[in-house]
Amino acid sequence: MTTGSITLSDDPLVRFILRRADDALVLGHRLSEWCGHAPLLEEEMALANIALDHLGQARALYSYAAEVEAAGHDEDAYAYRRDPVDYLNLLLVERPNGDFAHTIVRLWLYSAFMSLWWQAMTASKDAQLAALAARAVKEVAYHLRHASNWVVRLGDGTPESLRRAQTALDLLWPYAGEMLTSQPDEAALTANGIAIDPETLRQPWLQRITSDAAQAALRLPSAPFSQQGGRRGNHSEAMGHLLAELQYMQRAYPGAQW
Amino acid sequence: MASPRFPLWEVFIRSRTGLAHRHVGSLHAVDVASALEAARDLFTRRNEGVSIWVVPSASITASDPAEKSMMFDPASDKIYRHPTFYEVPEDVGHM
Repeated sequence: MTTGSITLSDDPLVRFILRRADDALVLGHRLSEWCGHAPLLEEEMALANIALDHLGQARALYSYAAEVEAAGHDEDAYAYRRDPVDYLNLLLVERPNGDFAHTIVRLWLYSAFMSLWWQAMTASKDAQLAALAARAVKEVAYHLRHASNWVVRLGDGTPESLRRAQTALDLLWPYAGEMLTSQPDEAALTANGIAIDPETLRQPWLQRITSDAAQAALRLPSAPFSQQGGRRGNHSEAMGHLLAELQYMQRAYPGAQW
Repeated sequence: MASPRFPLWEVFIRSRTGLAHRHVGSLHAVDVASALEAARDLFTRRNEGVSIWVVPSASITASDPAEKSMMFDPASDKIYRHPTFYEVPEDVGHM
């Protein structure tokens, strides 16, 4: 078998699917890093559950990408045998976890968007994606509830938890715009009703975030959404470290199974 | 982490086929909403239930273990309280 890195097709549908699969895999990996470190036993389980939901979404999307690409790749090849430049996830999801507030604020910003995104995708003309969306929309609704409840409790909690939540929001805000930005190579898919233009979700997303932030006594930053590039494969240093951990076993022992 | 900020809650789950909620365990959470979420994450991951109750443990009044013999021993030799001395008519069948 081939054991080196794979090269991706530039088919727009494959890239469209991989972008969301990579978001789910990378965020799921980040959340799984909390195993054994969560501030409460109860939260340990909650974060692991949410991590596994993301892993499940990633697997389903990779399988479908493999079917569409028809280049002999499987979900393992996508996850374990791509170099950082071939990963198409948002910069937001690859950010290191930071403290608990940082992890929760990121999950909140992302889930608020994804709950809208999956909801819209249930109407996709692509039957397979619409079916995946019907399942994912319930999972993400819960992720958003869990994250937003924590955001309110942290923001409206103690001076220390407010300070940490506000710091997290200030640091993550510049990364939040990438998921709201249309990708040029998805225009045709959007016109055909297969994909959706994330710009159309910008206002509803902002409304949800603004309303939660108000409850949490958090101040929305005015900084621009300056950090973008993951969707095109331009990643931060953090991504290399993340993949080193995620891919280690398959890179060191190609094709290993157990 | 048992502290005033993280009080203890008792969790009751009604299974898909069950009629009544059954006690399944306890957990720590900051408030009602968080307790319900934690109960969902801890106790229904394997499809165990369709309804959850959470109750502050502090709201439960328990019998005193030191009074166990006074409370429960007197019932142990009252076998006539068990409905096993009735003759069931044939027509009734299995009861």
